[in-house]
Amino acid sequence: MQNLTHRSKDVDRRPLSLWEKMYIPSVAKGMSITFGHMFKKVPTIRYPEETRPFSPVFRGLHVLNRDEEGRERCTACGLCAVACPAEAITMEAAERKAGEENLYREEKYAARYEINMLRCIFCGLCEEACPKDAIYLSETFAPSNYARKGFIYGKEDLLIPDPKTQASDLAAAKGQE
Amino acid sequence: MSEQQLFKVTIDNITIEVAPGTSILEAARKIGGDVAPPAMCFYSKLKGSGGKCRTCLVEVSKGSEKDPRPMPKLVASCRTTVMDGMEVKNITSERVVDARAGVVEMLLINHPLDCPICDQAGECHLQDLSYEHGREGTRYEFQRRTFEKHDLGEYIQLHMTRCILCYRCVFTADQLTNKREHGILSRGDHAEIATYIEKSLDNDFIGNVIDVCPVGALTDRTFRFKNRVWFLKPVDAHRDCPTCSGQVTLWYRGDEVFRVTARKDEWGEVESLPDGTTAWICNTCRFDKKHTGDWVIEGPRKISRHSVISQGHYVGMHKPEETIEKVLHGRKPRLMMDIHSVSQVNQPNIDLSQIEGPAHSDDFNPALPKKD
Repeated sequence: MQNLTHRSKDVDRRPLSLWEKMYIPSVAKGMSITFGHMFKKVPTIRYPEETRPFSPVFRGLHVLNRDEEGRERCTACGLCAVACPAEAITMEAAERKAGEENLYREEKYAARYEINMLRCIFCGLCEEACPKDAIYLSETFAPSNYARKGFIYGKEDLLIPDPKTQASDLAAAKGQE
Repeated sequence: MSEQQLFKVTIDNITIEVAPGTSILEAARKIGGDVAPPAMCFYSKLKGSGGKCRTCLVEVSKGSEKDPRPMPKLVASCRTTVMDGMEVKNITSERVVDARAGVVEMLLINHPLDCPICDQAGECHLQDLSYEHGREGTRYEFQRRTFEKHDLGEYIQLHMTRCILCYRCVFTADQLTNKREHGILSRGDHAEIATYIEKSLDNDFIGNVIDVCPVGALTDRTFRFKNRVWFLKPVDAHRDCPTCSGQVTLWYRGDEVFRVTARKDEWGEVESLPDGTTAWICNTCRFDKKHTGDWVIEGPRKISRHSVISQGHYVGMHKPEETIEKVLHGRKPRLMMDIHSVSQVNQPNIDLSQIEGPAHSDDFNPALPKKD
């Protein structure tokens, strides 16, 4: 039969030589490799206490952005939902009423906005599709949960703190305490 | 005339024979495909339309068999009739491509580019036009003209900022209804579609201005901000209507009819009926009949696969059958979570499509009593 790769090796079925039959040298060789690792740099970290720095392009949990005045940027245009390959994003739009100008940036806004984190594959296409700079993938993991219902993220979970009224919360969320 | 002589006209090296009096645009549409110039203001179903937007400019490289001189300037193909032996260049002419890019830039000068909030997005001719024929940037650096949004009657919303002044709606109101009540006020940069002295339009067929509008200037208030067109599923349906033909397209999301429009052909124009008349629909069909029970469903509407509306709609799809029940000897799989128990979106007890106008914050506030 033709080999699929050039890397395959035939199994050596010759009887063991005297050196090999002694076993002890091979055992000692293996032990020395194991022992040698004690003096090498530890590659693991103690996760919850220590964290690794994220890559600047890391795609974690989503956030819904606000502008400098604390108004929601999302206009429920549906481009994130149509770009989403996992169909994780759903929304319902509403019209801004008079008096709500300080809440929403444009005349249309997302009254409901949900991301199903069970479906989400964190590909970041929603972020790329957004014409309003409204959705970003942050540098946080989705926290684990025992129940499925904890993974339906609504607007209250996704929106960033208001930079005007909750400035300290926002700074904390950005990690600049 | 017993035997009508046909004119031979060559458009982008494709020869076709058409009756005298046909415009270049209509001859090109008979060939179809990329040869047909785009048209923003011309509407074959409306008399007198065309000649305003200049997107259909073509180069006539040979006037006719008898007078083979080329026409000195680019001509508007919707208003120029064919001559025998005429040779026309559309996409094969660099002048045309360049001029059209300029026209698109011109049309977009005052356009607010608010596609994310515009209900027309996804089926907007200006979007298609600028995508296919426009340039990426604009050189305009001044304030765009703005208007207040305006209600034309109780069903139609006018966003004058988005208007490109194609006059299609004016012709529709003029020709479909016996009393014209809206038109264009002022001139030049200040020109705007308006009903004089806030006069509301209450004609049975005035809803058709929504269908003829190539941009999102005239939109359906009953559909306003309810959903995006590409999440809806278009279905052909008809009903026995005393005032109109009753031939419509219903736009479904789940079991809800979100909007009703006339059926549009590949040029974005309302289709003709077998007897040659145009299938305009009346306001009752368009705005009031939003229950499946009102309609006889004919089948899914065919949408060009290049349109965003056809996303997620698969034709001839073979769905694999459910095997879990078979394997488990008839036992149903256990539902781990009912999405409605957690999700706030698309709740079974709220029918967005039944709210009259656009939804507001009250409609989503669980503390307030429901209006209906």
